[in-house]
Amino acid sequence: MSELIGRSVPRVEDERLLRGEGAYVDDLHPSGCSEAAFLRSPQAHARIVSIDVEEARSAPGVIAVLTGADLAGELEPMVFQIARVVPETVRASTGAVSRVHPMPAIPADRATYVGQPLAVVVAESRYLAEDALELIELELEPLPAVVDPEAALEPGAPLVEPEWEDNLALEYRYRRGDVDAAFEQAAVVVEEVFHSHRHVASPIETRGVVATVDPLDGTLAVSASTQTPHQLRDFLAGALRRAPETLRVRAPDVGGGFGPKGAIYPEDLVIPYLATRVGRPVKWIEDRSEHFAATTHGREQVHRIALAADADGRILAVRDSIVHNCGAYHTLGLVVPYNTLTHLIGPYDVPAVDVRLRAAITNTGVVAPYRGAGRPEAVFAMERAVTRLARAVGIDAAELRARNLIAPEAMPYATGMIYRDGTEQVYDSGDYPKLLARARALVEEEPWAERAAGRRVGVGYAAYVEGTGVGPFESAALTVLGGGRVRVATGASSQGQSHRTTLAQIAADALGVPFERIEVVGGDTAAIAAGFGTIASRSLVVAGNAVAKAAAELRAAVLDAAGSLLGAPPESLTLADGTIRPLDGDGPELPLADLAGALSPFNPRRPAGAPTELHAKAIFNPGPVTYAAGVHAAVVAVDPATGAVEILRYAVSHDCGRPVNPAIAEGQVLGGVMQGIGGALYEELVYDPDGQLRTGSFMDYLLPTAGEMPEIRLVHVDCPTPLNPLGVKGLGEGGAIGPPAAIANAVEDALADLGVVVRACPLTPDRVRALIRAGGGDGGATAGAGATEVAA
Amino acid sequence: MSEHAVQQVPIRVTVNGRELAAEVEPRLLLSDFIRHHAGLTGTHVGCEHGVCGACTVLVDGAPQRSCLVFAAQADGAEIRTVEGLAEPGAPLHPVQQAFHEEHGMQCGFCTSGFLMTTVALLEETPHPSDEQLVDALSGNLCRCTGYRNIVAAARSAERKLAEAGDE
Repeated sequence: MSELIGRSVPRVEDERLLRGEGAYVDDLHPSGCSEAAFLRSPQAHARIVSIDVEEARSAPGVIAVLTGADLAGELEPMVFQIARVVPETVRASTGAVSRVHPMPAIPADRATYVGQPLAVVVAESRYLAEDALELIELELEPLPAVVDPEAALEPGAPLVEPEWEDNLALEYRYRRGDVDAAFEQAAVVVEEVFHSHRHVASPIETRGVVATVDPLDGTLAVSASTQTPHQLRDFLAGALRRAPETLRVRAPDVGGGFGPKGAIYPEDLVIPYLATRVGRPVKWIEDRSEHFAATTHGREQVHRIALAADADGRILAVRDSIVHNCGAYHTLGLVVPYNTLTHLIGPYDVPAVDVRLRAAITNTGVVAPYRGAGRPEAVFAMERAVTRLARAVGIDAAELRARNLIAPEAMPYATGMIYRDGTEQVYDSGDYPKLLARARALVEEEPWAERAAGRRVGVGYAAYVEGTGVGPFESAALTVLGGGRVRVATGASSQGQSHRTTLAQIAADALGVPFERIEVVGGDTAAIAAGFGTIASRSLVVAGNAVAKAAAELRAAVLDAAGSLLGAPPESLTLADGTIRPLDGDGPELPLADLAGALSPFNPRRPAGAPTELHAKAIFNPGPVTYAAGVHAAVVAVDPATGAVEILRYAVSHDCGRPVNPAIAEGQVLGGVMQGIGGALYEELVYDPDGQLRTGSFMDYLLPTAGEMPEIRLVHVDCPTPLNPLGVKGLGEGGAIGPPAAIANAVEDALADLGVVVRACPLTPDRVRALIRAGGGDGGATAGAGATEVAA
Repeated sequence: MSEHAVQQVPIRVTVNGRELAAEVEPRLLLSDFIRHHAGLTGTHVGCEHGVCGACTVLVDGAPQRSCLVFAAQADGAEIRTVEGLAEPGAPLHPVQQAFHEEHGMQCGFCTSGFLMTTVALLEETPHPSDEQLVDALSGNLCRCTGYRNIVAAARSAERKLAEAGDE
């Protein structure tokens, strides 16, 4: 009965946003609302000698000023549930050890990264709050800082946590097959060091929190620009020692998330706490400089990777030693570092693997999931190494990949690893050779040299898999409203992913009610009690199937109720287009609106024993993740004289299972690809050796604009998954996983004869020039001037 | 709160055809004036340093980053914001309609700025070249869409406006 799934239904979200009628967190300004501003550490590591707030307290419009010392007895250091989760199977398979690392909301004694909150001012307006910040006398005693994660693990490195004996936060090692023998027998070995650099996700809306205590019942209402309102509610209940029922957390319209808004921050705790303390609503909106320093960052890993292969380029073994930078607090346990392990080998069939990871805390901003969350880092290392291997073997890089891909007949394919959720890692479905072939077809056999006009051309590939739709669960509750409309509530909130459209498509199909009569509410703990949130490419899989499940139950309830009313057995009825009809077409019809009216408590002829409402709830526990996959191919033109890189074409072939709304799916992939291109060519968050943030504005941290958009071609190779009833896979992150590797491979291809080895991004013109100089090839001004070279 | 009253500057501006008079602090940003004093929260603030373009409004017909302008500087100006593109209940402006049809938006936060930039471009240059179009749009940041559908929306808006002009 599927009519809407698979169609590019126009978004229902758009109209109010286009009219400027959206309600983002900064648009909420309850009566009497005060505003907060934070004093932040100007040093990466320092002892707090004193914070004198007296003058600030008496400044115009100031309501309260609080330091870490004021809060020490009130707010316990923050520990998140996920930090404690190391499944027994993961421990047995990898020996993973992860420290639990409490993070003070505001520290009283020591600052450990630039931007860490040290005091908060609440005032009549943000202007006055910032005025008062200027009056706080902060005395810090500098302590030695450590920024580089490998340096942090050296003996004698400055300790980020004095109580720890070292800076090691997490460690694991996974081994399978005889790696040493494989390296001994190999015809070809490549070994290299690859760096994934630090990013900041940069949603155009920064973070923000507004908290209000309801004067009638004392409920603490929190609106936050978050991806996970239910998790924030549960955290606040614990931290503020309140029953969860006395809290309402809402994610209003959220202006982009990309991972960082799935974390919980000191401000998320301090602002609600202040609302209970000062007796006024309190609002804090992050400014962009705060965002650069204090919102979680992404990436930053160093891989020392080696591949062993036979003379035909068949990969025999992979060995990788990884160092991951956690930043100042290791708050989320396995999440990012362990994703790196389970996505490193990707779509390849490799008999022997030895991967070790050590994660270090450093005096830098906290690193947490950012679109891809450990996967782009793994893919950059592996796909760069695979391309190096192809060069060493002397065959085409795409051909070498083709020789190593897992065959579709091998599905389901067990990798031997344990996934982060503790289950065996099994690729459920996918056709990787076809993905590669489709990507190749989009970039090969074109006269690129003509378009390159005097520059060098290179082609690069990146192949990846992505575990999507991770549990533990998502919820859905469907209710028939007056007039025959249906409300769908779910724990999955949206930051632009179009849930109000796609989840309504799913509900409409499963129920038999017109799309226009379905309204989706996400991200409000008052609308549905249990929820998990929108992270990790999971909502379509987990919330989508929860909606489908609840809709099937609601449909049965509707037919039951209609059957009693019509005196017909429910199995003789159907619901389509919002009307209940006999299946054989012989008998009366009952619009859903009339059924709802008949059940209304105001109906004096309401049948005895009829249900009080038409409602169904479902929880969907997904079980193991389902594997999306893709192959990206980049064609670049490099000007060796200037180091400028232009992407002539970017091709994506991807598998997102069964697409629910192709236009929206394509939009997700395009957006992800552009973020990946940003990281490959423009974006880098840089700290100096003392831990000062060098890229604290959009003048220094360059986001791609429409002017940097290359020609992008997309093809689908959709393999619906057998793991969930809808057959869907997640795709929010996939677009961002491939570009750094594909573009680095293409740039190296263009400059191969100059001895260039790309070990890190972003490939800015000065970096490319430095690579050419380091390669020793004569790629300078003379080489690029006249000739056009097309790399093989 | 009188004890912290600083010098106030009287201003008079027209916002979406409505005349507003106010006393403002000299340091008050035009973006904050529009959002908090005029109550028009469709104009969004993304960076407060003039790069992202989310706060773009039209000041006397020209696109301006309202986070880089003091309200006092806008005295006497005619300002248009996203709320002025279509009356409540009336059909969407052709530029708005084009962004909807081409899926030129996801989270919607940058959208108002892109709409105002596009409106200004097409009012000034009804048939921009590809270079002119991308040049105009490259002053605004979007983190969701990857821009392709935004560029397509601007082209579609050009056609819609041209058709409307022919009628």
